[in-house]
Amino acid sequence: MTGNEDTAVLSVIDLSKSFGGIHALNDVSFEVARGELLALIGPNGAGKTTCFNMLMGQLKPTRGNVYLHGEKITGRQPRRIWRKGVGRTFQITGTYQSMTVIENIQMALISHHRRLYSLRPYATHLYRDQAMRLLELVGMPEQAERACAILAYGDLKRLELAIALCHEPTLLLMDEPTAGMAPRERIGLMQLTADIVSERNVSVLFTEHDMDVVFTHAHRIMVLNRGELIANGSVEEIRNDPLVQEVYLGGGSVFAASDGHA
Amino acid sequence: MGLFIAQLLTGLANAATLFLVASGLSLIFGVTRIVNFAHGSFYMLGAFVGYSLMQVLPGAVGFWASVLLTGLIVGLIGVIVEMLVLRPVYRAPELFQLVATFGVILVIQDLTLMIWGAEDVLGPRAPGLKGIVRIMDEPVPTYDLALIALTPFVLFALWYLISRTRLGVLVRAATQDREMVAALGVNQAWLFTGVFFLGAGMAGLGGAIQLPKGGADLLMDFNILAAIFVVVVIGGMGSLPGAYIAAVLISVLNVFGVSYLPQSTLVLMFVVMAVVLTIRPYGLLGREEVVGEHGQVGEPERPIKPASGRARMMVGVLLVLLLALPMTGSHFLVILITDIIIFCLFAASLHFLLGLGGLVSFGHAAFFGGGAYVAGLLVIHAEAPMELAFLLAPLGAGLLAVIIGWLCLRLTGVYFAMLTLAMAQLLWSLVFQWDEFTGGDDGLVDVWPAGWLSEANSYFYFTAIVGVGGIILLRHIAHSPFGYALRASRDSQRQAEATGINTKRIQWMAFTLAGAMAGVAGALFVFSKGSVFPNEMEIAKSFDGLIVVFLGGVKTLSGGVVGAATLELVKDYLTRFEYWRLALGLLIIAVVVLAPYGIVGSFRKLFDRYRQPSEPETVAAESRQ
Ligand SMILES: Nc1ncnc2c1ncn2[C@@H]1O[C@H](COP(=O)(O)OP(=O)(O)O)[C@@H](O)[C@H]1O
Ligand SMILES: [Mg+2]
Repeated sequence: MTGNEDTAVLSVIDLSKSFGGIHALNDVSFEVARGELLALIGPNGAGKTTCFNMLMGQLKPTRGNVYLHGEKITGRQPRRIWRKGVGRTFQITGTYQSMTVIENIQMALISHHRRLYSLRPYATHLYRDQAMRLLELVGMPEQAERACAILAYGDLKRLELAIALCHEPTLLLMDEPTAGMAPRERIGLMQLTADIVSERNVSVLFTEHDMDVVFTHAHRIMVLNRGELIANGSVEEIRNDPLVQEVYLGGGSVFAASDGHA
Repeated sequence: MGLFIAQLLTGLANAATLFLVASGLSLIFGVTRIVNFAHGSFYMLGAFVGYSLMQVLPGAVGFWASVLLTGLIVGLIGVIVEMLVLRPVYRAPELFQLVATFGVILVIQDLTLMIWGAEDVLGPRAPGLKGIVRIMDEPVPTYDLALIALTPFVLFALWYLISRTRLGVLVRAATQDREMVAALGVNQAWLFTGVFFLGAGMAGLGGAIQLPKGGADLLMDFNILAAIFVVVVIGGMGSLPGAYIAAVLISVLNVFGVSYLPQSTLVLMFVVMAVVLTIRPYGLLGREEVVGEHGQVGEPERPIKPASGRARMMVGVLLVLLLALPMTGSHFLVILITDIIIFCLFAASLHFLLGLGGLVSFGHAAFFGGGAYVAGLLVIHAEAPMELAFLLAPLGAGLLAVIIGWLCLRLTGVYFAMLTLAMAQLLWSLVFQWDEFTGGDDGLVDVWPAGWLSEANSYFYFTAIVGVGGIILLRHIAHSPFGYALRASRDSQRQAEATGINTKRIQWMAFTLAGAMAGVAGALFVFSKGSVFPNEMEIAKSFDGLIVVFLGGVKTLSGGVVGAATLELVKDYLTRFEYWRLALGLLIIAVVVLAPYGIVGSFRKLFDRYRQPSEPETVAAESRQ
């Protein structure tokens, strides 16, 4: 998109990971440009989550490198990568069950403002307004005081998005952000993501099972199959790629969107 | 050279008992994931039952028949314990299981006392093996040689059972992959019961087989506990060959220690363990373990709130009543409440670690005792004034916590728990054996407070202010950003790390803080009693703390304090009876099985039901990492 301007937000070079004998990811290289909404698709077990785990530092790659704004971040701790401006949501959510919804966001804001080691009460009064604005952004302000443990799955996903935005990231990694949501909710969430991209100057890399969502919102699509990147191009190119059609539904149509189960 | 060989043989003979008992523990853990703290009790039962049988059955045949029968009987006792006490808590976090098995320890202690009395008994010599063989001029008991010869057979029999029989296949499957057992279509409950029979039976055999070398007494259960934990942890939880290697290592080391470093045999054992675990965190032959949830079972913890106006009022009234207490003129009451406040502070510090941090430490008494000893040693050896000693005590305990925390936090779950326990025992053995410096068994005496606090009443006020102040401080910190970060690290370490929180550092600091606060409690304690003995840092004291936190309710902010106050009062009442351990043990087991939310948690549930008849709760989403 903005290809010729300075460096890419994220460059991935020959990223590989094997678990024992299983090659979960094989020499994958790609870039994420500034302001881009990039989809990473592929069947279950293709290696998408593994790839995300290495970008964010949860896993160490067997081989290959990751650069953020030209700086090498391969194998760094997740918290350091977060400080450098990468936010992430997880396929299987991991929120703080013993806190309220808004406190989950306040926790990330406390970390953002570097107040983690303060011993003065009450944390629950800190950065409330800022947290509330983020909750409004993801459309769940009326849930602020609910216990996080009793949220519906779709709401947990949105909460994670709000948490990921706390540090004003320049890159957002979203692993199946709409899994477990009703179709209308999905479109709403992806529209919200698209707005975030255009308004906050954030680049987004996301994985998704629902092809409607992908084709409607993605600027560019990459296809992963058995750890190999088999296609990388515009929505039109991917739609018509025979190899991609082969992978999805054994030659069937890509348009017959599969249901986005995990 | 002769002496060397003789000592080596003694070590190997001692290893037989240790291996039998430890491998039972290891087996039970491998299959059921239960750390059976009552294992030492099975060993003790084995000794007493074996002794009684040997009185009745004559001759060599009678002796060996008694040993085998003992294994059978203790195995059956194990089955009863498993079915009544452990079945309800298999899926529960380790704290539940600890508390349940601790209840069993108390019950067995008193039952043994009832049946066999308080006198130690000397074990009968083994018929036909009473003699001595001379090896390179050194005398070696024939029975030792018999034990050495026997151990490989036991190891082989176990190996055969595990690797060649259907039961063995199931045991291995269960040890390696929990899900697979269900897939095999086995009745899991009976597999667990069977393994418990085997494990308890081996502890019983161990108790019977050591009779000719020792005897039976009522302290055997706790005395062997530390050693078998060390063996199992060094060898690797769930590994039988590992247990054998470690048993030999520890026993041989012990024998040589006795002759060359008589003052440090116990310390040596724990130093070896610390070294092994620093290099191989999961033991010599252990495998890395993925651990589950900690804390209390059931629904997740509720969000905490700043205390409401009414709650503050109530606490305020209580405090005023507390301060008015000396006016009753009851010396007894003042002393009792002083003790309770000290214990409450200790429990609150453990609760901070366990409830908020999810860090189940089995060795928290190390810091209580540590604080007490730091203060005591400063007074005795440096003639420090009480005020200075009192200030330095929490610093000393905190420093200990910095070191122990750094070592232990490399592990998680059961391994973390075991390592904290072992470190606490290391400290205990140091204090116990370093006579010249710490007074050893005789403790430190004449550690009295400064003149202005010498009255029981003024010391009571001092304790009330420091103790309650400490508890309020901990509560404040629970509500601070640091307290929140601690809970975040427990709830979802992955999410916390992915949002810039250094979870290990947070946990390390929490461990240190909890240690320092326990140190304050220890300092209060030593000056209130004027003395301190090694038992203030022994396993039983750490367990006391855990039980109290559990009784009060892990998932409630006030659980530690409420539990401590309740238990101290109950104990004060119960200890007037001869068999109070039995009653307390049964009470504890009943709470585990019937009221797993603890006192505060159960009251809150009752209160909720009464207030809002039916709030439909949305099913919580599956969101564990
Ligand atoms: N920790 C792990 N150990 C072993 N294999 C793993 C591990 N994590 C993922 N895999 C394997 O790597 C492959 C890719 O998995 P994943 O990245 O989760 O796929 P996706 O997210 O595309 O569904 C799968 O075959 C999976 O079984
Ligand atoms: Mg995935």
